Amino acid sequence: MKDMNRLASSISRRQALAGIGVAAVGVVASPSIIRAQSADVIRFGHLTPRTGFLGPLGEFAVQAVDLAVEEVNAAGGIMGRKLEILKEDSVNPQTASTKAERMVERDKVACLLGEISSASCLTIAQVAQRTKTLFVNTGGNSDALRGANCNRYMFHIESQNSMYVKTCGRSLMAQGLVKGKKWFSLTADYAFGHDLLKVAKRFMEANGGQFAADKLVPTDATDFSALLLEIRAAKPDLVISNLAGNQITNFLKQYAEFGLDFPVAGFGFDTALAWAAGKGNFGGTWPVVWHHLIDTPATKAFVAAFTKKYGKPPENQAWGDYNIVKIMAQSMNELKSTDTAKLIEHWEKGAKFDVMKTRPGYFRASDHQFMHEMYTIQALPASEIKNQWDIFKSSGPVPGPSEDLEVIATTKEEAECKMT
Amino acid sequence: MLTLFIQQILNGLLDGVYYLLIAIGLSLIFSLGGIVNLAHGAFYAIGAYLTVVLGPHIGFGGALVVSPVLVAILGIIFERGLFQRFYRADPILSLLLTFGLAMVAEQTLRMIFGAPPLSYSIPSWLRGQIFLGDFIYSKYRAMLLLVAALCVVGLWFLLQKTAFGRVVRAGVQNPDMVGALGISLKPYMMSVAALGIGLAGLAGVLLAPIYSIHPAMGQEIITPAFVVVVIGGLGSFWGVVVAALLVGLVKGTTIALGYPQWSITVIYFMMLLVLLFRPRGLFGERIQRFE
Repeated sequence: MKDMNRLASSISRRQALAGIGVAAVGVVASPSIIRAQSADVIRFGHLTPRTGFLGPLGEFAVQAVDLAVEEVNAAGGIMGRKLEILKEDSVNPQTASTKAERMVERDKVACLLGEISSASCLTIAQVAQRTKTLFVNTGGNSDALRGANCNRYMFHIESQNSMYVKTCGRSLMAQGLVKGKKWFSLTADYAFGHDLLKVAKRFMEANGGQFAADKLVPTDATDFSALLLEIRAAKPDLVISNLAGNQITNFLKQYAEFGLDFPVAGFGFDTALAWAAGKGNFGGTWPVVWHHLIDTPATKAFVAAFTKKYGKPPENQAWGDYNIVKIMAQSMNELKSTDTAKLIEHWEKGAKFDVMKTRPGYFRASDHQFMHEMYTIQALPASEIKNQWDIFKSSGPVPGPSEDLEVIATTKEEAECKMT
Repeated sequence: MLTLFIQQILNGLLDGVYYLLIAIGLSLIFSLGGIVNLAHGAFYAIGAYLTVVLGPHIGFGGALVVSPVLVAILGIIFERGLFQRFYRADPILSLLLTFGLAMVAEQTLRMIFGAPPLSYSIPSWLRGQIFLGDFIYSKYRAMLLLVAALCVVGLWFLLQKTAFGRVVRAGVQNPDMVGALGISLKPYMMSVAALGIGLAGLAGVLLAPIYSIHPAMGQEIITPAFVVVVIGGLGSFWGVVVAALLVGLVKGTTIALGYPQWSITVIYFMMLLVLLFRPRGLFGERIQRFE
């Protein structure tokens, strides 16, 4: 005891502080605590970027998942068992696959959900295929995931790049901004941006647009002034953004700052970025999978529940994560099974699901892409803006009510999936 | 075409100034205390968030004055509470400390304000563009430039022309001798930390209306700012200024030549060259303690 006292007094305050610091970091950084296995619980694994340039969107995904799980459990869970969700920051493609593997092998999750980064989707899909676990992508847009890299165990509730481009493209054609018009684009310099540029070029060329120039922008670039000068000198008829994450907010703020008035449109977007750009800075035409102003009862109920819980409306990333938890629970309850093969068969047969839009959606068997309505949004004039959230107006659903949902998706010629 | 090229180069020079306010503080704190402050970017982020919080109440003009002062006070608290314990310690320790602080600060911002970026716009009285013939520049950036230039000149005056500056410069070269002469460096260290960190806060206020405001914004700016300090040379006031302009110039030229995708890489390449051929930096002074 005496020795202990001497030991304690010999530790300097600095060492003690350092110790506390290390301990605190340890607690914060430690991954999810291992939970005891029990028969009356069904577990889903959720992975999405919580930090880095996609982190802002990941937060909405996580909040949406929590809300969905609460609602599923309040409605009786899955086959009378409680639904539990394991959530992790996927960080990067390597970490994503390590964590996915741990969720499957150690935590015995029934399925994997989530993601925003297309690169991480790819590595998780490999784990899914190897372990024969279902993975549903809720935020990776790259066409290649549904084409060359498709696999039997990966489904996509998030739309593919082609769906975004064709949705926004229709609106641009209606505004007379495609045929014979000169377009100038800015592209995020990584896999997603390159894939999107390819799809954008295909669409614009097929519809008579004239390509003026494309500038690749590093993902960590914050200043767009030099590119704005280039745009000003090129005098295009249309400026296209194939940018991602915070890049879009920076671009919109500075585009307004430099007072350029060429029409702007983008082929990839998230509502949170419009909110961050804010009134007066947000402008242009952009495609989204969903937004909080859609006039359907299910959307209104979801927005009300989300706003009540988190004090702000959900953005489009919340849509995919919320709905896939609901779809998964509904399917398991209907099939009275969590069996992967049965779920795949059920979905491939074209089971329909309500996803808070005017028409139900379904997974297309050929590439596992979810077929559903999309929208384009445009900035509201400043005089009509009443609050910080409702700063845009929406098109009606795309495709229109009389059209096949598949008209905006990739055709066989554009991207072929050989299911393995 | 030539006009555009010239404009790009001028724009590049101005671009470099944004890093300057961060880099000067970094360089000062390192020169005097030997602390490589990896948390410097966090103070920049705090400055930006304070603008969003205070702006609606006291206006942008008010925030421009109040936010940097609050950040500077925070700087004093950290200097007294933490940094001063590491002035004579192995630099690795302060590196670890400030690295940890940067992470804690980022997470704290995320916990308070959420991960999604916040919006803040240029105040209406600073909106608009300046046209000179074929040249265009944003009115807001012209103001930003003016404020930054005033800060640099003011700081130079303080360090070179006042009694305060003489002690600080002596402290950089030989702290023991300063002590032997009966001058306590403590209040000077504190003032320098407050100044350097306050400038980072000011940069946060100035860039909030044009950049995206998110918890990790500090990380975004700290790396290029370090590059500027390394290229310019530690301890050299004008070295940092010249390096900031040089970095901007090279970036601007790269974009003007049609390679925007290389505009970030090229500044790291510059740093590599400087480290290979002139590790002291372009204008770095010989500081006895660090030789």
